[in-house]
Amino acid sequence: MPIIQITDVTKTFPPRSKGEAAAPALDGVSLDVQKGDVFGIIGYSGAGKSTLVRLINALEKPTTGSVVVGGVEVSALSESRLKKVRLGIGMVFQQFNLFTSRTVWGNIEYPLNVAGMPKAEQHVRISELLHFVGLVDQAHAYPDQLSGGQKQRVGIARALATSPDILLADEATSALDPETTREVLALLKRVNEEFGTTIVVITHEMEVIRSIANRVAVMEKGRIVESGDVFDIFSAPQAEATKRFVSTIVTSVPDPVALDALRARHPGRIVTFSFADGSTSQSGVFLTLGDAGIGFELVYGGINEVQARTFGHLTLALTGDDAAIDAALQRIAGVATVTEVA
Amino acid sequence: MERLIELLPNLWESVGETLYIVGIAMLVGGLLGLLLGLGLYVSRKGSILENRWVFGILNFVVNTFRPIPFIIFIAAVQPLARVVVGTGIGNNALIFGLALAATFAISRIVEQNLLTVQPGVIEAARSVGAGPFYIIATILLPEALGPLILGYTFIFVAVTDMSAVAGLIGGGGLGNFAIQYGYRLFNPTVTWAAVIIIIVLIQLVQLLGNFLARRVMRR
Repeated sequence: MPIIQITDVTKTFPPRSKGEAAAPALDGVSLDVQKGDVFGIIGYSGAGKSTLVRLINALEKPTTGSVVVGGVEVSALSESRLKKVRLGIGMVFQQFNLFTSRTVWGNIEYPLNVAGMPKAEQHVRISELLHFVGLVDQAHAYPDQLSGGQKQRVGIARALATSPDILLADEATSALDPETTREVLALLKRVNEEFGTTIVVITHEMEVIRSIANRVAVMEKGRIVESGDVFDIFSAPQAEATKRFVSTIVTSVPDPVALDALRARHPGRIVTFSFADGSTSQSGVFLTLGDAGIGFELVYGGINEVQARTFGHLTLALTGDDAAIDAALQRIAGVATVTEVA
Repeated sequence: MERLIELLPNLWESVGETLYIVGIAMLVGGLLGLLLGLGLYVSRKGSILENRWVFGILNFVVNTFRPIPFIIFIAAVQPLARVVVGTGIGNNALIFGLALAATFAISRIVEQNLLTVQPGVIEAARSVGAGPFYIIATILLPEALGPLILGYTFIFVAVTDMSAVAGLIGGGGLGNFAIQYGYRLFNPTVTWAAVIIIIVLIQLVQLLGNFLARRVMRR
């Protein structure tokens, strides 16, 4: 049974002013997250992903539909009965949302106070967490004295304090520079691997999905337009929105503009070879072309790695006898997808 | 000047009275204003105890009474003072009126300062399972403490200002001293003696407020 089960959820916020139509923030969303997953939800701002993630710890209630977390229907619980559920779900925020009136220690202590943990046990737990996120020396510093990366590490330590089964990360790296983003993502990955914590990551950056997620859902205008295994989504995106996201970090096939430029420079035939199943190597392609005496030049594309599997699209300009090229392409079609683009 | 020296015992007594009047009014008004301000904050739309009716009523009450000029307000609440503190004149009636006026003024200051607390911080507290009253005590008030201290300092100055109309209902204090012995008897030296003491008093409180707020906000 999935640890998070969102079924047919809609969420409509009341209109800002009278007469304005109430636009649904979520429009028929269903989603299953399995225990131990790092589940990425990607979409542009306004796509509804922040609302979606807040359904999981019931900071938002759905207008219709149900949200079941760890077997409990959280969408049906009253605010006072949500305490136990929320203690089992950590949350990390884009703007960190640290308590500025408390030290690093005090921030991590807060959820433990809510949970009613005895002081002696708290002490042990907070020390553990400070070691885990590497902030032992900053224990008594106030948030204002920390860098962005340090603040987010405090945020993560605070979210993990009560050893939750689920961690929600709402654009956790969007306010950080690339170097710090890598550090924080590595930390989240460690959380998933060492504690088996299920993580739901909200982001608008495909790089975040590629680095840590194993499953992904793409959102657009309050709906999930595509979801699945991260490798499948990256190597063979179906929906338009997904293709746009994938193209932000994967160089695949040349777009019409790039193709015109290639055509002008290369008079021969231009062919794209796609390696999508992660197992074939491109050496077979080059061997076949070489054996047939066909001249080739790599003009576009690249090979990508996602979840330790590779895929990619290589566009070659081929020169030689047309019949020989046709014959070679026929043989190559067995190991890679061949598309003649010009 | 000789007259001032003769009046020195009265002057010192007036300083004591002002401290007593303003002190009690700030204590009572400060506490009630804090509660009223919290009520306004937590009941407003989107807040932790959102309630349209409670907010509407509190907002109406504060908006109605806060803008009344104090010199009229103190006369208008005289009947109420008779019921609550048993007298419509003298220092106790004055303290009653000041405390009431301070309550309304402080409630707005408190509400405004609480609104400067980042909503995300409140959300973070909710996300770990903290309930609304626990959040008020452990997050909301500590996060807004610096601005709140400055707000209370500001109101202290305003209440000292308002306390000067004491003479109207037979109360004492520095304001009354300046009017009675200085202004009415054409003795500017006496008036100015009271003025200087008020300035020093307010400066001291302002310095203390700034110092405390800075200490709290530096972290």
